[in-house]
Amino acid sequence: MENNQRLKLKVYTSLSFPLSSLPRQTPISSPFSHFSPVQYKRVPLGFAKMASSVVDLPPKGGFSFDLCRRNEMLEKKGLKSPTFLKTGTTIVGLVFQDGVILGADTRATEGPIVADKNCEKIHYMAPNIYCCGAGTAADTEAVTDMVSSQLQLHRYHTGRESRVVTALTFLKKHLFNYQGHVSAALVLGGVDITGPHLHTIYPHGSTDTLPFATMGSGSLAAMSVFESKYKESLSRDEGIKIVVEAICAGIFNDLGSGSNVDVCVITKGHKEYLRNHLLPNPRTYVNPKGFTFPKKTEVLLTKITPLKEKVEVIEGDAMEE
Amino acid sequence: MSSIFEYNGSALVAMVGKNCFAIASDRRLGVQLQTIATDFQRIFKIHHKLFIALSGLATDAQTLYQRLVFRHKLYQLREERDMKPETFASLVSALLYEKRFGPYFCQPVIAGLGDEDKPFICTMDAIGAKELAKDFVVAGTASESLYGACESMFKPDMEPEELFETISQALLASVDRDCLSGWGGHVYVVTPTEVKERILKGRMD
Repeated sequence: MENNQRLKLKVYTSLSFPLSSLPRQTPISSPFSHFSPVQYKRVPLGFAKMASSVVDLPPKGGFSFDLCRRNEMLEKKGLKSPTFLKTGTTIVGLVFQDGVILGADTRATEGPIVADKNCEKIHYMAPNIYCCGAGTAADTEAVTDMVSSQLQLHRYHTGRESRVVTALTFLKKHLFNYQGHVSAALVLGGVDITGPHLHTIYPHGSTDTLPFATMGSGSLAAMSVFESKYKESLSRDEGIKIVVEAICAGIFNDLGSGSNVDVCVITKGHKEYLRNHLLPNPRTYVNPKGFTFPKKTEVLLTKITPLKEKVEVIEGDAMEE
Repeated sequence: MSSIFEYNGSALVAMVGKNCFAIASDRRLGVQLQTIATDFQRIFKIHHKLFIALSGLATDAQTLYQRLVFRHKLYQLREERDMKPETFASLVSALLYEKRFGPYFCQPVIAGLGDEDKPFICTMDAIGAKELAKDFVVAGTASESLYGACESMFKPDMEPEELFETISQALLASVDRDCLSGWGGHVYVVTPTEVKERILKGRMD
């Protein structure tokens, strides 16, 4: 988690994955980066590059390491990077008789602060594949978005339904390329032509294939439920019940997880995304009368800009003669 | 010494009302505990119904703002229309995530009126993890106090004037509990027909 400690990032997990410190001087070379040879050339002073990047045309993709050198300098000057980051998530998945059920809590944290009380951690990959994400929020979001577009293009190319192993391969390739620096821990589930599949993917790119899986800081609490209650060929309702119970175990026993339960049921040719399937923590302390202010705030200056209607150009014979 | 996010100090908040939104910031620019300016701009207009506020390191806030204006102008030229807030949020997110391994030390707050003047607010961390909210979003060194103030003061479907009062009170109450932000406030209230910009008086210590 060392790279996360340097920055206060929004995150969904807490199982500490050993991350070596970031490369300082040498950019990570990978097929995903887009550096032109010119940019790769090492300039004695990093500023020349930084200045040019502002006016550069929009990049075509991949990471940019422009600011690494400057940020390292700031750190050397004694500006410590923000506080230690504690994180949390419970994400689970299981295989039942006709498919796969995924589940997640809905808390996002920034250090000890709850940043979002109802975020979405079950991401769309393909119509028949979904993926739960734990870890740095931006990484899980970016990696699942990127792979879902790759899968869409792959479907256009082949004209067939995406397979879960294809998504798995795309994800693990990317994560392995970045040697764990893209810290996304995922539970991937879906039903394809070869049947239901459930996988876990670790930030370094290793994968497991399992009948039931848990990830994130609440994974131990959730796994205790699965280990005692899971059996083969569960029915849909039994499956959902166990998933909800596992997520609730995470919500109530792990401080990094909280709020509501999201569930996604994927069966052959059909899926059901049950957003906020259970709300075990409703807000009860709110004042029904609300809050009013007797004294007005002191305003020094007011500027009012009226907004004009935009002129609509109507296509047609307006220009006739 | 303090973190890079706390170098200049800032407090940002945006709230949703009935067919309107408000976005507010403090006005201080400091170098750690030394105040440099008391009329600093952290809220920027992208177009009449879309605003972005950038907390964190001031130099990065200004650089990022310039890049965003540039990208928005390219979009206007190509598309002959203004960006929707949702689209703009994705753009900011992509721009920040591109620098995943050497980030801008900025946490943005985006607020705008979208299709049929539906209000939209959102915030992100320094590497572009979007957080969409229905009620309010906060950022900056005073974010912890702002969470508390907004959580108790906010109510849904406020009219513009009440929204202004609520966001101002939340902001001023919060910056008074934060050494690094304050020196008055800057509030924009945007309705489908007008933009009202106000400068607030606050404690000068």
